[in-house]
Amino acid sequence: MIKPKVAFFDFACCEGCQLQVANFGERLLDIIGSIDLVEFREVMSEKWDKNYDISIIEGSITTEHAMERIKKIRDRSKIIMAYGSCATIGGVNGMKNNFDLEDIRRYVYGKDYAFYPTIKTRAVHQVVDVDYFVNGCPVYQPEFIEVLKSALLGIPYHIPDKAVCVECKLNENVCMYDRGITCLGPVTKAGCNSWCINHGNICYGCRGMVTNPAENAMKDVIEMYHISLDLVMKKMDMYNKCRELDEEDES
Amino acid sequence: MKKMNHKNISVNVEYLTRVEGHGNIVVDVTNGVLKKCNLEIVEAPRFFEAMLRGRSIFEAQHITSRICGICACAHTLASVQAAEDALGIEPTDQTTRLRELLLDMEILDSHILHIYLLAAPDLLGVKSFVPLIDTHPKVIRRALRMKKTCNDVCDILVGRHIHPISCIAGGFTKLPHAKDLESMHSLLMGMQPDMDATVDLALQLKFPEFERETEYVGLVNDGPGYPLLTGDIGSSDGKRVHKKDYKKVTNEFIVEHSSAKYARLSRESYAVGALARTNLNFNKLCAGAKMVANAATYKPPVHNPYLNTVAQLIECVHCLDHSIGIIEYFMEHGIRQEELMLVGLNEKHNLPVKAGNGVGAVEAPRGTLYHNYETDDQGIIKNANCIIPTAQNINNIEHDMKSLVPGILDKTEQEITLALEMLVRAYDPCISCSAHFLDVRFEGQ
Repeated sequence: MIKPKVAFFDFACCEGCQLQVANFGERLLDIIGSIDLVEFREVMSEKWDKNYDISIIEGSITTEHAMERIKKIRDRSKIIMAYGSCATIGGVNGMKNNFDLEDIRRYVYGKDYAFYPTIKTRAVHQVVDVDYFVNGCPVYQPEFIEVLKSALLGIPYHIPDKAVCVECKLNENVCMYDRGITCLGPVTKAGCNSWCINHGNICYGCRGMVTNPAENAMKDVIEMYHISLDLVMKKMDMYNKCRELDEEDES
Repeated sequence: MKKMNHKNISVNVEYLTRVEGHGNIVVDVTNGVLKKCNLEIVEAPRFFEAMLRGRSIFEAQHITSRICGICACAHTLASVQAAEDALGIEPTDQTTRLRELLLDMEILDSHILHIYLLAAPDLLGVKSFVPLIDTHPKVIRRALRMKKTCNDVCDILVGRHIHPISCIAGGFTKLPHAKDLESMHSLLMGMQPDMDATVDLALQLKFPEFERETEYVGLVNDGPGYPLLTGDIGSSDGKRVHKKDYKKVTNEFIVEHSSAKYARLSRESYAVGALARTNLNFNKLCAGAKMVANAATYKPPVHNPYLNTVAQLIECVHCLDHSIGIIEYFMEHGIRQEELMLVGLNEKHNLPVKAGNGVGAVEAPRGTLYHNYETDDQGIIKNANCIIPTAQNINNIEHDMKSLVPGILDKTEQEITLALEMLVRAYDPCISCSAHFLDVRFEGQ
């Protein structure tokens, strides 16, 4: 059997999701054994000049150069997998879209800001067609294995379209709202096994919103606990700011 | 010699591999004269400092951890230190010890990744660790096993290594129980034979000979321990300043060919990282680490930047020993679960909020990392500044390159490229972090 050619590409991101792969330990060798890993810049110097069966894309699209690069990768790839929040929903890079782009360049680089071109942050699917999504910041390793298996078999992967709360309840955590603090679990896609709440922190919405968030129920919760809407909206913007661009496309 | 004088060399490494983030190396030698020797940082800027403005100080750790996937724990620790400094909160003794444990794991994990997967392929003459899976299976399995152990300890301590969950401003949202301490202890004790084998392997590696003395900068303090989490900023040229005055050390400036900012202190450039730290604080390393240094004939001050990899090995031994010591302390004294924190966005006002200006300075695996936040009386960030180790090193790497190239012009373009790539990799640059860095481009053919 010819093993599928798999490549990793990184755009604007922290590269933590790639590292999640290195963190599989010796199990990584089983994964590498089932594929032909042809390009992975962070850990490999080898390069591949033919087509890819699966291209795994990490990071958001934030420059004109990246726009062109991702389109070329799309042209050479049978399957594109958006990998990690920056790729699937824009992630923390999306916070930039809250600001005037000239202002933020000037803030970080001073008078020489013109050397540092940037465009509005986009998720990968907002530039090219994406076949598989692996959500999370960082990606949740068991989910990545499931999505990779689906991609290798050529079958669709269905991301659970239910709220983090569902998994959180099964893990028997006490609700953060009952403990007096706000949490984005009610509107965020499950699949992470309520990772952050299990460790005493809140959900920050890194997996993106469920398709039909229970907005009225969320409003009730916000009213019941006297939470300012501004605070919750700002929280939504930490990972989910780029969803505005999806809405623009629909309208 | 005649041949050398007329030599034209053009190195043009676009997107240097086996480093974290994107950078190019560009070298132009025309008629034997070095015209250009740059390390270009071409990472897409992500503007974290600008994006932090208007957000709660209690979100800073979560956001800034995302600056870097390799040193997410170091960013976390610098961030919580800066936030606590701004808010006027003093961490408890227990919190400080647990943070030291987290930083030990971060440095150990990162150094193992660099020594085995990023640096060793050059020294073994292959393009990456992938061919080593077949030729050196035991070595690769050991590397992955050691890395996984660090991750497993972090899973227990803070939920995960990449973007830790429970380490926040004020303390920890989850604290280890007695059985967790035992698990971490057993994991780290189990790593000892692999660490011994790592030392044996690393002692056989041959590093290029090249010396350039520079200024070495890192945390220093008057306590007995090897300073990683807290201290003043010290330099081998005799400078010592309080962390609040970090800008007097970094003196950032911008150059056109790079999206990273540059730094200099007493001379044209300075170095941070494992080599700098061992030069500054060698006597404070644990006995086992000093023995390894002795076996490697590594006698600080060391001025060969390629030996940063050996300094990392020495620190691995130190961090493993130190981390086991911390866990044994808690196994004896117990964890005070009553220190558990619930903060979120501080909706319940569990922590005091005031206007402030706070600085965090910690030793990340690649060197001193600074976070600085200025907040208003509601705890909203007005200004933020993060200075990354690699950003401080880039200027020094360029000066090393400029010093190295004229001495190796008799070699082939391919050999020169490899020597430069290895030099840059020795610094273990973290470009996405410095987002403000590597591929070698030889120009002018």
